[in-house]
Amino acid sequence: MSTLVAIDPLLTGDVTWSVFLVVLIKVVVAFVILLVAVMLYIWAMRKVIADMQNRIGPNRAGPYGVLQTLADGIKLFFKEQSIPDSADRPVFRLAPYLSIMPAFLMFCVVPIGGTVSILGHVTYLQVFDPPIGALFILAMSGLGVYGVMLAGWSSGSKYPLLGSVRASAQLLSYEAAFGLAILGVLVLAGSLSTHEIVAQQHWTNAWSFATHWFWLKSFVAFAIFLIAATAETNHPPFDLVEAEQELVGGFNTEYTGIRFAIFFLAEFMNVITMSAIAVTLFLGGPSGPGLGFLSSTGTVNVWLMPIFWFTIKVLALLFATVWVRASLPRMRYDRLMSLGWKWLIEIAILWVLVTVTLQVASDANWNRPLSAVIAVGAAVIAYGVLFAAMPKAHETIEEIR
Amino acid sequence: MGRFSGFLVTLRQMGRPRLTTQYPKVKHDKPARVHGRHVLNRYEDGMEKCIGCELCAGVCPARCIYVRGADNPVDDPVSPGERYGFVYEINYLRCIHCDLCVEACPTEAITETKLFEFSFTNRADAIYTKNELVVDDDGRARRMPWELWLGGEDDHTSEWMRATSPSGSRAYENRVNWSGELGFGVRPPEHGQFPAAEGEEK
Repeated sequence: MSTLVAIDPLLTGDVTWSVFLVVLIKVVVAFVILLVAVMLYIWAMRKVIADMQNRIGPNRAGPYGVLQTLADGIKLFFKEQSIPDSADRPVFRLAPYLSIMPAFLMFCVVPIGGTVSILGHVTYLQVFDPPIGALFILAMSGLGVYGVMLAGWSSGSKYPLLGSVRASAQLLSYEAAFGLAILGVLVLAGSLSTHEIVAQQHWTNAWSFATHWFWLKSFVAFAIFLIAATAETNHPPFDLVEAEQELVGGFNTEYTGIRFAIFFLAEFMNVITMSAIAVTLFLGGPSGPGLGFLSSTGTVNVWLMPIFWFTIKVLALLFATVWVRASLPRMRYDRLMSLGWKWLIEIAILWVLVTVTLQVASDANWNRPLSAVIAVGAAVIAYGVLFAAMPKAHETIEEIR
Repeated sequence: MGRFSGFLVTLRQMGRPRLTTQYPKVKHDKPARVHGRHVLNRYEDGMEKCIGCELCAGVCPARCIYVRGADNPVDDPVSPGERYGFVYEINYLRCIHCDLCVEACPTEAITETKLFEFSFTNRADAIYTKNELVVDDDGRARRMPWELWLGGEDDHTSEWMRATSPSGSRAYENRVNWSGELGFGVRPPEHGQFPAAEGEEK
């Protein structure tokens, strides 16, 4: 096998039917996990938001309303699907799938557990581990905008069009900050492979969460990543794409039935995937303390504990997402743009430069505190100059007059 | 915290008790004078109170009551007087629950319950006939298949009548001025309708 897919030990040998079977199992399991996770996430989100607004939330379908999403899905599945006369029919039909495929594919590179053995094959608990994993994430998050954009354009209606124009502008703006935030981690890890990035954040002692995980080493990149990822997934407070008060329903106004459900699914799937990627890049992925009293090669420590830690971290991030969603009002569109272009991108670039400097300093055995001070100082000065050069709100008005 | 204090506002709500009532399972106690659907009461000996005088039909602003009186059969009287309500129909698609019929009734025959959760699906069901309106042999409202109410909600069928009868005036406080009814006997007077206030006009 070529080196493009050969990092996973599963694929280094001959491809037999059992290898094929393992890959198939992993694909199916990832698919099911993601679907069930979306179902539970939508329910949990509604419950938590209801809690935060002193309501009860869904409580009719199943215990604590846990089957509410399923009921909604079944309802949408059996509803009539309408296509507007002015719609571009093939594109209109295609758009939901363009929106959901990247969300699935992005999840495939996320390691959700350690290195395990299935059917006698040693393999990683992720669907595939390309050497270009981080670039793959960026590519897929960029592709996701096509679904939204084509959906709005092909609807042949003005509000969806406005929604999709907003979506593409917003995604392009935040894609830059998003990529630069990831770059900060890549410099630290020295690899694009998600498995390698996670392996570098392995758990050695009780302080590993601060010393080995990347969130503290690159806390600025972590903050920018979280903000940019929220914007990428069109989650509040950046949900201008589907601002109901202004755009009816946004890009999906003309969609009904299962096509609408697929957009809905894709949106929340993106949230889960982004949380999983944040965990992978910054929070150590599946790394965490094992159960010391059990064998370190036993099923519990090899299989369950990494998955447990991964799940806990993703759940924590998802809760934070919901908390933000329940607390913050939607941003104004120009504020959104100025946050992206005037703050996040600049800070992300400078942070990458600082990280690179520190990395080179440690590689070349320079005086680390001194180089850190110089790098950070230079970055602050650079941002000060940039900020001074930026037009302020009142200045812009003066110039126009 | 400044601009992040909003996060605490939402987080604080998570531990607070909920005010929501799980409605169909749990129901709040209704105020004493809720206007629900009507019942035709009976005396304690089982005789009907309605005398077929049609005053309720005459006073009804929505014209939803239709009454026809008839002479009581000599050997098997329905009501203690000369005449009785032979036909009695209320159209609940028109009734506005103003309770003028209750006030007009000279014998306290028609009163309102607190029952209001109906979902009839055709016009014939919406017109309650006399058989449906007259209380059963226990003095309770009859439950129609399309009515949703739980046990105990039909306990206070004639409360509104007692509140608006002349006995509701302060001069008659705690003086029973109404007849007994089947299943309940003579209802006690309301308490606390007039809080003790000095110098208040009667």
